[in-house]
Amino acid sequence: MILDHLPALQVVVPLLAAPLIVLLRSGRLGWLIATAVSWTGLVVAVLLFLRVQDAGTISYAMGSWAPPWGIEYRVDALSSYVLVLVSLLAAVVLPYARLSIAAEVPSDRHYLLYAMFALCLCGLLGIAITGDAFNVFVFLEISSLSGYVLIALGRDRRALRSAFQYLIMGTIGATFYVIGVGLLYLMTGTLNLADMATRLGAVQEVRPVLAALAFITVGLSLKIALFPLHIWLPGAYAYAPSAVSAFMAGTVTKVSVYVLLRFMFGIFGVRLVLPGLPLLEILTLLSAVAMVVASLVALLERDLKRLLAYSSVAQIGYITLGLGLGNVDGLTASVVHLFNHGVTKTALFMLVGGIALRAGSCQLDALAGLARRMPVTCFGVVLAGLSLIGVPGTAGFITKWHLVLSALQAGQWWVVVVIATSSLLAAAYVWRFVEVAYLRIPTGPVAREEAPLSMLAPAWLLVAACIYFGLDTSFSLAGARDAAVMLLEGAR
Amino acid sequence: MNLAGHYSYWMTILLMVAGLYIVVARSNLIKKLIGLGIFQTSVYLLYIAPGKLIGGTAPIVSEQFAVYSNPLPHVLILTAIVVGVATLALGLALVVRIHEEYGSIEEDAILEIDQHTAADQGRDGQPS
Amino acid sequence: MTAQHLMLLAMVAPVLGALGVSLAQRSPNLRETLSFVAAGIALVCVLLLVPEVYAGGRPEIVLFEILPGVALAFRLEPLGMLFALVAAVLWPVSTLYSIGYMRGNDESHQTRFFACFALAIACTLGIAFSANLLTLFLFYEVLTLITYPLVTHHQDEEARKAGRVYLGFLLGSSLSLMLIAIIATWMMAGTVEFTPGGVLGADISNAAIGGLLALFIFGIGKAAVMPFHRWLPAAMVAPTPVSALLHAVAVVKAGVFSVVKVVIYIFGVERIAGLSSVDWLPFVTGFTIIAASVVALRSDNLKRRLAYSTISQLSYVVLAAALLTPLSIIGAALHIVSHAVGKITLFFAAGAIYTAAHKTKVSELDGIAKRMPWTMAAFTVGALSLIGIPPAAGFYSKWYIVLGAAEGGHWTALAVLGASTLLNAAYFLPIIYVAYFCAPADDGHGREHGEAPWPMVAAMVITATGVLALFFGMEFPLALARQLVSL
Repeated sequence: MILDHLPALQVVVPLLAAPLIVLLRSGRLGWLIATAVSWTGLVVAVLLFLRVQDAGTISYAMGSWAPPWGIEYRVDALSSYVLVLVSLLAAVVLPYARLSIAAEVPSDRHYLLYAMFALCLCGLLGIAITGDAFNVFVFLEISSLSGYVLIALGRDRRALRSAFQYLIMGTIGATFYVIGVGLLYLMTGTLNLADMATRLGAVQEVRPVLAALAFITVGLSLKIALFPLHIWLPGAYAYAPSAVSAFMAGTVTKVSVYVLLRFMFGIFGVRLVLPGLPLLEILTLLSAVAMVVASLVALLERDLKRLLAYSSVAQIGYITLGLGLGNVDGLTASVVHLFNHGVTKTALFMLVGGIALRAGSCQLDALAGLARRMPVTCFGVVLAGLSLIGVPGTAGFITKWHLVLSALQAGQWWVVVVIATSSLLAAAYVWRFVEVAYLRIPTGPVAREEAPLSMLAPAWLLVAACIYFGLDTSFSLAGARDAAVMLLEGAR
Repeated sequence: MNLAGHYSYWMTILLMVAGLYIVVARSNLIKKLIGLGIFQTSVYLLYIAPGKLIGGTAPIVSEQFAVYSNPLPHVLILTAIVVGVATLALGLALVVRIHEEYGSIEEDAILEIDQHTAADQGRDGQPS
Repeated sequence: MTAQHLMLLAMVAPVLGALGVSLAQRSPNLRETLSFVAAGIALVCVLLLVPEVYAGGRPEIVLFEILPGVALAFRLEPLGMLFALVAAVLWPVSTLYSIGYMRGNDESHQTRFFACFALAIACTLGIAFSANLLTLFLFYEVLTLITYPLVTHHQDEEARKAGRVYLGFLLGSSLSLMLIAIIATWMMAGTVEFTPGGVLGADISNAAIGGLLALFIFGIGKAAVMPFHRWLPAAMVAPTPVSALLHAVAVVKAGVFSVVKVVIYIFGVERIAGLSSVDWLPFVTGFTIIAASVVALRSDNLKRRLAYSTISQLSYVVLAAALLTPLSIIGAALHIVSHAVGKITLFFAAGAIYTAAHKTKVSELDGIAKRMPWTMAAFTVGALSLIGIPPAAGFYSKWYIVLGAAEGGHWTALAVLGASTLLNAAYFLPIIYVAYFCAPADDGHGREHGEAPWPMVAAMVITATGVLALFFGMEFPLALARQLVSL
C-alpha cells in the first residue's frame, strides 16, 4: 500500500518535517528529524529507482485526479536518477552538518536552518519528480527561497549580500521560466509535461513556441549558473555555511539542468534543430567559454571556497556542453556528470568545511603546510580534485571520456581542444592546493588535529564514491545512458 | 495586426521591461525589489488576459452558456502571487539584515565596504 | 599457482609492501626488509611467468568493466614480459642502492620515499601487464601522480618548480593528446584492446592514421620525444635513486614501452609500414636524438648530462619502432632492456659520486677513479653500453636497430644512429678519461673521501655485471622479442 504512494511520500515527508522542526524549536531535534527525513528520502528514492528499472515509468496521480487535468508525478529513468542523487547527497551531508553548523551558525538559529534544509530538500525532490510544468515552478521557488535563507545564515556578512543577489537573479530566472510555461500553455492548452510533448507537435504557430523555448532556456540558465549568468554562484557558495554549500553545490544547479533537459529534449525535441535558432550551438559556445574562463578565474582565486565555486561554474559548463552537442554520448555525459560532479563537489565542500573548522580560514595563504596537521582531509581533497581533473580511475574521467567521444562524433574538434584546456586548468588549480598544503612550510600549529569524525566520515564516503564510480560505473553510467536514450527518443 | 486589441500584451511587455530595467539600473536594494515585483506583475497579466475568451462567461457551469473563460490561469497566478509575496518578504528581511550589518542599502556603498574589508583582511591576513 | 595468480600477486605485492613500509615507519631496518620482501615476491612472480610466455602462452585476467565494452584487463605478452622483468629485477637492486643513498645523505621522509617507490613499481607492472589502452592509461596516469612526491621529495622551492614542470608536461600531454588518441581509436576502431596486427580497419584513411600516430607519440610524454621532453631534466632535482629507477627505468620505459606497444598492437606494423602519413616520425625522433645529444655534450652537471642522454636513447627506441621493420622492432624491445640496465648503472655512479665526494659537475671529476675505483668501473661499463661497444649489452640492441634501418632502406636513420654514437662517445669517454688519467684538482679543502657506502657499490656492481651478462646472454630476451614480430 505504502509502496504505491512512494512518489507522494518522497515530497511530503520533508515537507511536513519543516514546520514540525519549527514548532519544536530545538536545534538537536531539528537535526535529528532532518537526518531521519533525508535517510527516509534516500530509501524512497532507491526504491523508486529500482521499480522504474523493473517496471518502467511510474505515473502517480496526486490526489487521484487523473492527468492531464490533475497534477501527475512521473518517475522515469531520468527523474529517478536525479532523485537518487539529491537524496543521497542530503543523506550524507546532514550527519556532517551537525558539527559544521554548530561551529558556523549561532545556536538559536539551528532549528530554523534545519527546517529550511528540509524545505529545500522537499523542493528539489519535487522538481525532479513532478510531471507538471507549473508544479515545477512552485517547487523551484520552494527550493530557491529556502536556499536564499540557508545562504543568508552564513557567518560572514557577505552571505547576506550574496543571498540577496541570488534572490534577485533567481527570481528573475524563475519568472522567465513561468513566462515560457505561460506561452506554452497558451499554445498547447496543457501544463502536463508528457501531454505538452505530444501536443506541441501539432502546433502550427512557431513564433510563440520559439519565444517560450528562449524564455525557458534563459530562465533556467540563470538557475543553472551558465556563463554569463553565473554571477550569483561564487558569493553564494563561498559565504554560506559549509554544510549548506556542500549540499547546494551538489544539487541545486543539477536539478535545474534536469529541468532544462526535460524541456529541451523531452518536450521541444525536434524543434530544437530549427534553422534561425542555433540554440544548441549557442549553448555549446557558452559552455566552452564557461569551461575555460571560469577555470582561469579559479586559478587566480585566493579563497579556497571561491576557487571551488568557480570550479563549479566550469564543471557546469561540462554538463551543458554535453547538452549542446546533442548526441547520445553528449547527453550521457551530461547526465552522468550531474551525478559525478554532485558527488565530487559535495565531498570537496565538506572537506573544506572541515578545514575551515580546524584552521579557521579558507584563504590559501593561511593553509600552508596543512597536510601535516590534517593529512586525511588533505588527501581527500587531492583525490576529489583528481576527479575534477578527470584522471582515469575517478568519476570525472567517465564524464570526460563521453564528452570527448561526443565531440569527436559531432565533428567538433575545437570542443575537444576546449575540454583538454579546461582539464589542464583544473589540474593547475587543484595543484595550487596541493602545493600549499604539502610543499610549503607550515605557519600555524603542526600537531595532528583532524576534523571531527562525524564530519570526516561522510566526506570520505563521497571521496570513496568518486573513486568507486570511476571504476564501477554500472549504476551511474547505465542510469545516465538510459536517461539519455529516453530523452532522445522523445525528441523524435 | 490588431494593435489595439492586443493592448494587454503591450502592457505586459511594458511592465516586464520596466521591472527588469529597475532591477538592473537602480542600486537601492528596496527599489530592486520593487522592480522585481513589477516584473512579476507583468507575468500575472500575461497569464490572465488570455484566459478571458472572447464571448466567454464566468466559469460557472450553466445550460445557457457554451463558452466559458478559463479559470486555470487564475489558479496559477494565485500561486504565483503567493510566491511573489514570499519572495518580497524574504527580500525585505534580507534588506533589513543588510542594513543592520552594513549601515546602508545602496549596492554601490555595500560593495565598497566589502572591498575595503577584503583589502584590510588581505593586509592583516585575518581569516574571513 | 596459475599464471593469473602470479600476475595479480606481482602487482599486489608492491602495494602491500608500500602499506607495510608506511606502517613500519618507526623501525627503519624492518621497513627496509619489508621493501626487499615485497621486491623479492614481485621478482619471483615475474620470473615464474616467463616460461609460459616464452612458450607462447598469453595469460589473461579480466577484472571488471569500467566503460561499456572496455574492462580493466591484463594480458601478458612478450614485450610486457620484458618490461616487467626489467622493472622487477631492477627494483630490489635500486632498493639496495637507495638504502645506501638515503642513509648516506641522511635524507628526510624516507618512509614516504620507499612507499611511493613500491607503489610506482606496482603501477609499472600494471602498465606492463595491461591488455588494453584504458588499463594502460589508468596506470600511466597513476604512475605520474605517484612519482610526484618522489620528484618533489625535498619540498623546497626548487622541488616545487620542478614538480610543476614535471606534472605540467606529463599530465598536459596525457590528458590532452593521449586521451584524445585513445578515444579517437575507440571511435575509429570500436575497440581499444591490444590486438596482434593492430585494430585499425582498412577503411581508416591514411591521414587519420598519421594524425592518430602524432597524438600518441606526443601524447605519451613519458617517452620524452621533443618538445615534450622538458620534464625529464626538471625531475633531476629528485634524489638520485629516484632518478635512477624512475627516470632510467620505470617512468621513461613506461613511456617508450607504451609507444612500442601502441605501434605493434594498435596500429599494427604491417598495417602502417610504408604509409606516407607516418613518414614524419623517424625525422622527429632523429631530431630528438641529435638535439638531446648535443645538449648533453654541453652540460657540465653530470645528472643533467645523463638526463639528456636518456632523452636521446629513448628516441632510439621510438625511432626503432618507427622504422617498422621486424629487425628494428626487435631492436626496440632489446634497447628497452639494455638501456635500462646501462642507464641505471650510470645514475647509480652519479649518485655515488655525489654521496661520497659531493661533486655534481663533470669538470670536478678529475682523478676520481683513484678514490672510487668500483664506481668508475661501473660507470665505464654503463657508458660502453650506451655508446654501443661490445662486450656491453647496448651493442646488441643498437646492432639490431642498425640492421632494421638497413633492412628498410632508411639511410637517414642510419646516419642519425651513426652521428649519435659518435656524440655518445664524445660526452662519455672524456669523463672516463679524466677520471682515470688526470690528476685530481686540488680543491683546497684537503677533504679525503673514499668509496661510496657499500650498498650503493654493491648495487652498481650488480647492474654493471648485468650489462656484461646481458651481452653474453642476449639470446634469452632475443627469443622473447622475436615472438613480437612473428605474430
